[in-house]
Amino acid sequence: MLLAPLLALGLGASPASAGVATLCLAQPGQTACVSGTVGNRTNPVEGADVVLRDEAGTEVNSITTAADGKYSFQVTEAGNYFLFVDPESLPDDVEIIPPAPRFQEDDGSIRVPVKLGRTATPDLEVRSVDYDAEGSGFGEQIVQSIAQGLRLGLLLALASVGLSLIYGTTGLSSFSHAEQVTLGGMVAYGLVNVAGLNLWIGILLTTIICGATGYVQDRLMWQPLRRRGLGLTQMMIVTIGLALAAQYAFQFFVGASQQKVVVRTFDVVEIGPVRMTDMSFVAMGVALVAIAVVGFVLLRTRVGQATRAVSDNPALAAASGIDVDRIIRFVWIAATALAGLGGVFYALVVSNGIRWDTGMQILLLLFAAVTLGGLGTAFGAFVGAIIIGLVVELAGPLGAPGDLKYAVALVILILLLMVRPQGLLGRAVRVG
Amino acid sequence: MSEPTNPSTPSGTTTTDGQGDLADPAARRALMSGVAQVPGAEKPDPILSVDRITRHFGGITAVDVEHLEVQRGLITALIGPNGAGKTTFFNLITGFDKPSSAGKGAHWSFNGAKLDKTSAPKVAKAGMVRTFQLTKALSRMTVMDNMMLGAKDQTGESLAKAMFKPLWHSQEGEVRAKAEELLARFKLLEKKDDYAGSLSGGQRKLLEMARALMTDPTMIMLDEPMAGVNPALTQSLLGHIQSLRDEGMTVLFVEHDMHVVQHISDWVVVMAEGRIVAEGPADTVMANPAVIDAYLGAHHDTDLGDDDLLRDEVVKDLHHEADEEEAARRDAEKGKR
Amino acid sequence: MNEFLGILDAVVGEAISPDTAAVAIAVIGLNIHFGFTGLLNIGQAGYMLLGAYGMAISITYDIPLAVAVLIGLVVSVLFSFILGLPTLKLRGDYLAIVTISAAEIIRYTGRLAAFEDFTGGSQGIFGKDYQGPFMDLSFFGSGSFDLLPLNYRDAGGGAGLRVVGLLVAVAAVVGIVVIAKRMKSADGQAPKIGTTATPKLVVAALFVVLFLALFFSFPQTEPRTSVDGWWVRVVAWSLVGVSCIIVFLLVRSPWGRLLRGIREDEEAMRSLGKNVFAIKMQALIIGGMFGALGGMVYVLTGSVQADSMGRQLTFFAYTALLLGGAATIFGPVLGSIIFFSARILVRELSGAYVPNSIMSTQQTEQFSYVVVGVALVLLVIFRPQGILGDKRELRFHV
Repeated sequence: MLLAPLLALGLGASPASAGVATLCLAQPGQTACVSGTVGNRTNPVEGADVVLRDEAGTEVNSITTAADGKYSFQVTEAGNYFLFVDPESLPDDVEIIPPAPRFQEDDGSIRVPVKLGRTATPDLEVRSVDYDAEGSGFGEQIVQSIAQGLRLGLLLALASVGLSLIYGTTGLSSFSHAEQVTLGGMVAYGLVNVAGLNLWIGILLTTIICGATGYVQDRLMWQPLRRRGLGLTQMMIVTIGLALAAQYAFQFFVGASQQKVVVRTFDVVEIGPVRMTDMSFVAMGVALVAIAVVGFVLLRTRVGQATRAVSDNPALAAASGIDVDRIIRFVWIAATALAGLGGVFYALVVSNGIRWDTGMQILLLLFAAVTLGGLGTAFGAFVGAIIIGLVVELAGPLGAPGDLKYAVALVILILLLMVRPQGLLGRAVRVG
Repeated sequence: MSEPTNPSTPSGTTTTDGQGDLADPAARRALMSGVAQVPGAEKPDPILSVDRITRHFGGITAVDVEHLEVQRGLITALIGPNGAGKTTFFNLITGFDKPSSAGKGAHWSFNGAKLDKTSAPKVAKAGMVRTFQLTKALSRMTVMDNMMLGAKDQTGESLAKAMFKPLWHSQEGEVRAKAEELLARFKLLEKKDDYAGSLSGGQRKLLEMARALMTDPTMIMLDEPMAGVNPALTQSLLGHIQSLRDEGMTVLFVEHDMHVVQHISDWVVVMAEGRIVAEGPADTVMANPAVIDAYLGAHHDTDLGDDDLLRDEVVKDLHHEADEEEAARRDAEKGKR
Repeated sequence: MNEFLGILDAVVGEAISPDTAAVAIAVIGLNIHFGFTGLLNIGQAGYMLLGAYGMAISITYDIPLAVAVLIGLVVSVLFSFILGLPTLKLRGDYLAIVTISAAEIIRYTGRLAAFEDFTGGSQGIFGKDYQGPFMDLSFFGSGSFDLLPLNYRDAGGGAGLRVVGLLVAVAAVVGIVVIAKRMKSADGQAPKIGTTATPKLVVAALFVVLFLALFFSFPQTEPRTSVDGWWVRVVAWSLVGVSCIIVFLLVRSPWGRLLRGIREDEEAMRSLGKNVFAIKMQALIIGGMFGALGGMVYVLTGSVQADSMGRQLTFFAYTALLLGGAATIFGPVLGSIIFFSARILVRELSGAYVPNSIMSTQQTEQFSYVVVGVALVLLVIFRPQGILGDKRELRFHV
């Protein structure tokens, strides 16, 4: 009884592909499929009405997408079909990205050539309405992208500054830092959406709770592990295990679909050519203030000086009377609190909700930012994050399709490592 | 292995200047008697010659050496107070670091071959092998594996041939025999199947030196070989270094302890703040005002080495202790059998 | 009881599934990187994906199977060069960041609609488009086949006989572990185990008993040749065996000694005249080729889908490697088998015995992954040498 479904599942049925309920299989010479996702896999659109019409204009079938955003039609004749997404059914602040002109029809539907035995997967990616490309010139698109890049960069900076501080003081590349970002969004979802708290109180509480997880982690795990003398590589693998456990724990408790922190949508504000939600500006402001506070603490306070001393040389710092353990705990608390704060705003203004893998999606951007600026330098991480944010947002209008905009950031990272391995603000270290 | 130098050793140095056998202290003194006792003095037969090497870290000049020659077949000591740039200088000439003056007049050559752009592995292949101040024993490998890694030109180290044992089996046997011989000489043979990480600090120093010797070097560069070694071992280490010299090898070593330096070195080079401030035989160079200034000028309270450590009676005592230990160990072994 | 035996049935099935073998091959490659050389490659799934794409796309263009496999391997070698050239001279962290990034880039690119004609976009390449040439090679015939001619059903016994078989299997495992421990503590000398036979022979015999007992109690009936049949299983596990032999031959050689030397201390190796960069590059290439081969096997039973070979798979590979024991020959294989079986066991047990009100079916899947993550953490902290690793090695931190 159990055996058959088990073998069928095997490994291939990782949770990502498990949710396909109405999977269409194209049989050669008999049927063909038109299927795909409204939105994209990381950010699907729920409740979109998708209609497929044949060449004569007759409706073949229609589907309202579920939480995974997937749609799937089976047809038995080859030829051109027309796919239409009802704009009314989409959330107010997003629209379907128009396809290439040769597939574009006057009524806004998309022409899909279908061959028997093949599956056609037309792109039904969405973008926020404030991504205003229609009617605006290339220059204005660029300005808009720069603004979005700064927004993304500032939010990335919140998380990557902490990642960099942890690396600087302990030498650990923490792969679970991305899950700290997700945790921020998840906690805020729980407090604000589920428990109905005021958004601002929710954000404050989230930051505090996330900071507390940093304290608990260091107290119960990292400090004892440091005392045991566990190697850095081993600790890094511990963070990988933590990340894995955390991701599935999120799924376990919250489910696999995207959850919104607040149900209402935000008003769009226009400043010159830049159109963004009012929340975006708030997020950028809060991020700037938070980073300025971190900078002030690092440069002007005793704790900050001690932190920098530990980063430079932990043994020397310990010898000169600095309580290294206390500093590292402080760093963990600050790093996780910042990541949590970043997570809330990321869910509010960038990803339009939080999902178990939201953090995982940006983990590489965080690492890229930290490495770009120079491993272990907090200000380098800030600069790196802004650059990565800009690169990612500008890659789209400059011609990188879909998810490839993330890849562009990583390619830039690899190229930089070839010419300046210590990062932009890092120092070359003495060998031997 | 303690027989007098064979004229056909790879270095082939002993008779180059008709100075006779360099195992003889008088011959060594005679060889160096004509050398001016000034920084950058010319040597009769330099094996290593260095010109205009500088290295900056940020704004600090760690090394700024105008000219230095190292005489073939002798033990040359490189001394200087903390932060004088000795280790950095080592790193530079062995290819572990690049001089800031690279391409701007920095030149150094070993055995007649230019090393200006040579990478660390190639420097080692050329016959100039170094050890490290903080010993780099390969902890999770056995002592024997550590040693066998040292051997040069191993067929089995080429990926294409590695999978076929007959291609490298016999050479492996030769390497093993050589390693055992060296381990026996450094009194590590019975530890050969232990992990290197389980050795004491002194034994690791010995292992590192023995491993360096596996490469058949012409010149060996020891970075603080005595640091962290217990006094009993110090004496036997010094003996090893001297016997290397007596076999025709050139030795350059960095050391803090003045008494060690006086004990074994034939020539002393003094560095301070990155520059070479004096050169000369051990007994006279310490009287050089530049040296006293270098050591005392900056830190008046610095002790020129631990005085108690190598006064002659102490050395004798230590000798005695070491012998006793040795005897005790031999007895214990006999007991086992 | 029957329910529990059914669960064990599934576990045994998972243990010998071709996917497990495929991941084992990739873990063998990872072992060369991480276990022997100390290279932190966190993009092994990227190598797998490249190998799979290389083979599958070639076959869809009617290139013969052998050449297609070769193309997949060559692509992985090129990938190694691209990854290695900028990073192998730098500190280990950089390789980690670059490999994980590069693996993601491959995945993003594979999913890209623009390359849909080659990679099938996010739908991937369907198995039927490239499995043909491989299945045609089969000389297993058609129909289905039991692994053992005799199993508890044929022997006329019910659950009782099955349990006896299971107990024999458990006894064999206990025996193997006990003897192996004695062999280790006796440092290669013959330990006293109460017989005159050499311990290695006894262990081998116990393995045979274990094998027979397992498949006597949990007979696996599969079709001979079809997509998920014995043909794929036999080929996959033979490749695992060949990979183990190659790794054994490599790491006992002086070249293998170089790898371990580099893992311990690169600077020391440079001071001995070894070209560390070249050796690391060789290790990266060899391990990557195993990764690519693993990827090819991985897609034999399914489809080439970019998202099925993402970061998660690399993390699973690390868990399997650490579970079995890094820097050992059989550690990767044992680790992979136990890892995948254990995950199924956790999932099925929680599915069967935890009431649905506490944990839904969907949640048991996720729960099993949470257990995997926590297990990885505990493993690294409390038994970093894994099952087969040498505890002595760990006393010295590098």
